[in-house]
Parts: sequence; C-alpha cells; structure tokens
Amino acid sequence: MRFIVRRLGFYLVAAWVSITVNFFLPRMMAGDPVQLMFARFQGRLDPRALDSLYATFGFVRGSLWVQYVTYLQHLFRGEMGLSISNFPVPVSQVIMTSLGWTIRLLTVALIFSVLLGTFLGMLAAWKRGKFVDNFILPASSLLNSFPYFWLAMLAVYTLALGRNWFPLGHAASVNISKDWTNWEYIRSVIHHATLPALTIVLTSLGGWLVSMRSSMISVLSQDYIVLAEAKGLSNRRVMVTYAARNAILPTVTGFAMALAFIIGGAFLTEIVFSYPGMGYSLITAVNTRDYPLMQGIFLLITFTVLAANLIVDIVYVFLDPRVRYA
Amino acid sequence: MADSVSISKSTAEPEKTVIASRLPTLGWFGQILHSRKATFGLIIVGFFALVALLADVIAPYEPTRMVGRPHEAPSSEHWFGTTRQGQDVFSQIVYGSRTSLMVGAMTGTTVMAIFVIVGITAGYLGGWVDDVLSLLTNVVLVLPALPLIIVVARYIERSGPLTIVIVLSLVSWAWGARILRSMTLTLREAEFVSAAKVIGEPSWRIILSEILPNMTSLVVSGWIGAVVYAILTEASLEFIGLGDPNLITWGTTLYWAQNNAALLTKAWWTFIPPGICIALTGFGLTMINFGIDEITNPRLRAQ
Repeated sequence: MRFIVRRLGFYLVAAWVSITVNFFLPRMMAGDPVQLMFARFQGRLDPRALDSLYATFGFVRGSLWVQYVTYLQHLFRGEMGLSISNFPVPVSQVIMTSLGWTIRLLTVALIFSVLLGTFLGMLAAWKRGKFVDNFILPASSLLNSFPYFWLAMLAVYTLALGRNWFPLGHAASVNISKDWTNWEYIRSVIHHATLPALTIVLTSLGGWLVSMRSSMISVLSQDYIVLAEAKGLSNRRVMVTYAARNAILPTVTGFAMALAFIIGGAFLTEIVFSYPGMGYSLITAVNTRDYPLMQGIFLLITFTVLAANLIVDIVYVFLDPRVRYA
Repeated sequence: MADSVSISKSTAEPEKTVIASRLPTLGWFGQILHSRKATFGLIIVGFFALVALLADVIAPYEPTRMVGRPHEAPSSEHWFGTTRQGQDVFSQIVYGSRTSLMVGAMTGTTVMAIFVIVGITAGYLGGWVDDVLSLLTNVVLVLPALPLIIVVARYIERSGPLTIVIVLSLVSWAWGARILRSMTLTLREAEFVSAAKVIGEPSWRIILSEILPNMTSLVVSGWIGAVVYAILTEASLEFIGLGDPNLITWGTTLYWAQNNAALLTKAWWTFIPPGICIALTGFGLTMINFGIDEITNPRLRAQ
C-alpha cells in the first residue's frame, strides 16, 4: 500500500510538471508570444475564438503568477479551449474521438508485442549461443533500427498497394456507418487496424526481447535453477515456471519507459496510415498551427501514460510479494 | 530503439560486473575488436562515416540540382533513380549522411555531458541534491518524449539541425543519468575511493580520476544509445515536416518522398534507400553497444 501511495505521489508530480511545461511553452517563443501566436489568425479568427485562446493559455492581465492560476483554473474545469482547425469544436471533444482509436490500436499491439517479445527473449536466453539466439537477437535489433514510419510506408507499399490485401489507411470503411453492434463495421475496423498494429508490434518487439533475454540470463545462473535441474524436472518446467516467471519482473518495471517511447512510434505509424488517432490529430494540429489542440493532446497523452504506469505498478504489487511487505 | 537496449542494462545489474573490468583505454578498444558483433558494427558505422567525409568525391551529382527526368527508375546513370524534381537520389543519400551523422554525434555528446554531470552529482553528493535530481530524472523518463519534442519544435519555429539537437538533448539524458547515478552510488563505497578520501584528495579529483574512469563503458554505451535515438528521431521530425525541408538529409528525402506521393506513384527508390541507411547506421551502433555489453558483463556472452 505504501508503495502505491508513493508511486501515486510521483505521478502527481509528473503530471504537475507536464502541466507547467505546457504553460511555459508558448511563453518560450522569442518575442511577444501572444502577438506571434495569434498574428497568423488576425482577421480570419472569430473574436470569440481569440478570447477563448487568451483565456486557455492564461494570457490575462496580471503577473505571471495570476496567469498561471487562471490557466490552472481553466484546466481543472476541463476547459482546454476551442480547436482552431475544427472551430468551434472544443479541444476536449476533438481529443476524445481520437483517443479511443489510439488506445484500442495501441492496447492490442502492445499485448501482442509484449507476449511475443517476452516469449522469444525467453527462448533466446534458454538456447544461448545456439542458432535461435544468434539469429533472433541481431534480427530483432535490426528491426528495431528502422524508423517506425518507414516500416509503415513499406507495409503500405508491399501489402496494401501491391496486393490490395489491406486498406491504405483510415480506421474503417466509409461505406459502412459507424455502429459498434454491426459485425460488418467491426470487421472493417479490424481489417483497417491490422497493418498499423503489425508495424507497431514489429518495431517494439525487440525491446521486450532484449530485456527479457538478459534478465533471464541473470536468473539462469541462480542456485534454485541448478536445484530444479538437479531434481530432474523437465526442461520446459525449469524454463517456464522457474526461470521465466522470475525473469519477467524487471520487464514489468521497464514497461514505464518503454511505453513512453512506443507511443512516439505509434504516433508516427498513425500518420502514415492516416489513422484518426492522437498522433494523426497532433500532426494535423502542428501543421495548421492549432496551438490549443496541440497542447491539449500533449497533456492528455501524458496523463494516459501516467495512468498506464500506475496500473502497471498495481499489477507489480500482485506479482512481487516483496513490494507488498516492504 | 536505443532505449529498449538500455533497459537490458539495468536488469543485468551493471554494478557488480563493471568494477571487475577496470581496463586501460587501449586494451578496452582491443577487446571490442574481439567481439564479432562489435567489429561488424564498427565496419558499418565506419563505412557511413567515410561516405559522409568523402561526400564531395563520391556523389556523382549535386544533390539539389535537377539532373534527370522526374521519378526516373534506378539505372546505371542514376543508381537510386531520381526524385519528383529530377534530383539524383544517390547523391542525396551520400550528402544526407553528413547531416544525419552530425546531428547524431552532436546530440549524443550533449546528452552525454548532461547525464554524466547529473548522474554523478546525484550519486556522489546524495542527500537532498540526489532527491531533487532523481525526481527530475524519473519525471523526464516517464513523459512521452516524441509528442513533447514535436510540440516544442513547433513552438521554436526556427527549424533546422541545431534546433533538433537542442530539443533532443533536453529530453533524452534521463536514462543515462539514472544508470550513472546507481553506478556512482556503488563506486562511492568502493575501497579505492575511501583510500583516496583518507589521503585527503579533493572531491573533484576523486570524481575525475577514481570514479569516472570506472564508468567509461557505461558512458560510451550511453553516448551510442543517444546517437541512435537522435538519428531516428531527427528523421522522424523531418519526415513530419518539422525540419528544414531545403536541407539535404535522410529525413528530408523521406519527407519529399511522402509529399510527392512516392507510394502511390510506386517510386520506391525515393523512400527505400534513406530508410535502409538510417536502419543500418542504427544497427551498426547497436551492435557496438552489444559488444561493449559483452565485455563488461561476461554473463551475456555466448557460451
């Protein structure tokens, strides 16, 4: 319990840091941020939109502290302003529609990549120095070295364009109306998500693999493994229930850092596939200089990562009794 | 990704093994050459470094000039074909290696400087300094880097390699700092450090001549990891249009390929070569890192 409370405290600090960074970003621009930021929209923008922009970023009369407090107040009421490119839709609404797509895509891809990567890492460590190991390790690090978006482009080029096996992009066919109870629609969604998910799995696989492999190698030199072998247990039993079960713990701790990076890759993948998730929205916002949307997405993606980490921490407490009684 | 590689280091308890291998610099390099993986990596990276150095000699055309018809397929005249603007892709790749490697090396070095200072300060001083620095390190680690980089790069507006170096350096030092901190904590208790303290050596001498030399391999592999990450991320930023599109880099070649609908027009030669170059460079560097890992952590070595 104390472990969880301590972690919760840490995530609150991290959330506060990201909120504060978000506040200072527009103020970091050279010159007068308000002028620079809004000059582009002069004349084109509704006065109402301008007012809401000023308020959201805390550009009100008063000291920096007053501005900061105003900004925080708006944020806590869930007001992230209005999106400029989708005017006058509130930023929060734009984000909510794209968040769902990203979370669904990422969760499925992550489950596959963690399971497959951990399994291959276990195998590589068990057969250390043998063919499997010598092949898997370099192959996965080569795969890891490709830019995410490039693999996505390659996948589109070879599997979607060349063969017509998969759609070129988007989350679902436009011919079917959005209806989560309609099997046709669900099938179309799965069909559209396969290639993006596949690229994310391929590029993130190696991380889990390498981490599991070295953790497993450390565990394999422990005395209880020797004992288990001496007892005459089957190889499979020693590998899975004795070695892998203990080796998996460090992988779970590594999850936090890995997630932050995989999200970056998933964003790029979405861009190539025009997949209507957070990454695609972020790039649209960046290209149209939709500052409120940009900042809203950054905040929300950070909060999502923090929440995911908290969940992993809770899982960790169940996995490792030492944490519970410490 | 570089970071996934570094995850393995924490799990493999670098503390115990690195102390044992306190090696002079030359012998250390010699050992790298004994590792097949590292030698392979050095050859790849050396190749690209050579290409970057001799770009003027190797490139058959000026990379920005129109020297052929648009989207010409690869031929003996244009090894990697031409772009939509009729520029020679091979020449672009050759010149592009300069910027990519430069951004990588500069970012790696800046990141290294930051994580060495933060990590050692936190580990050596301890107390509230350590608490504050560790908290900062962990927060930076948990924030999603790429979205942050994208947003910051947009706000800075002045795009170009230098901006990319600065932004990348600010967000990617945390992992190295964390590793160096825990290593410093272990070394601080080592007997040779206590001996130096007894003699009355000043702190900076102890850090520079007793602690830092024992962490060379960690510092080098941290540098390599940062370089790999920088090369990949630079390409990503340029690909989404946050770089300077008028410069010749591997990332901008990809950006133009995407913008000129290289996929739909089936001009595969405009986007395949830069991706392969990026991957090979990153792969070579990762292989060197594996080699270093094997030297400092003999248990990882194939039996």
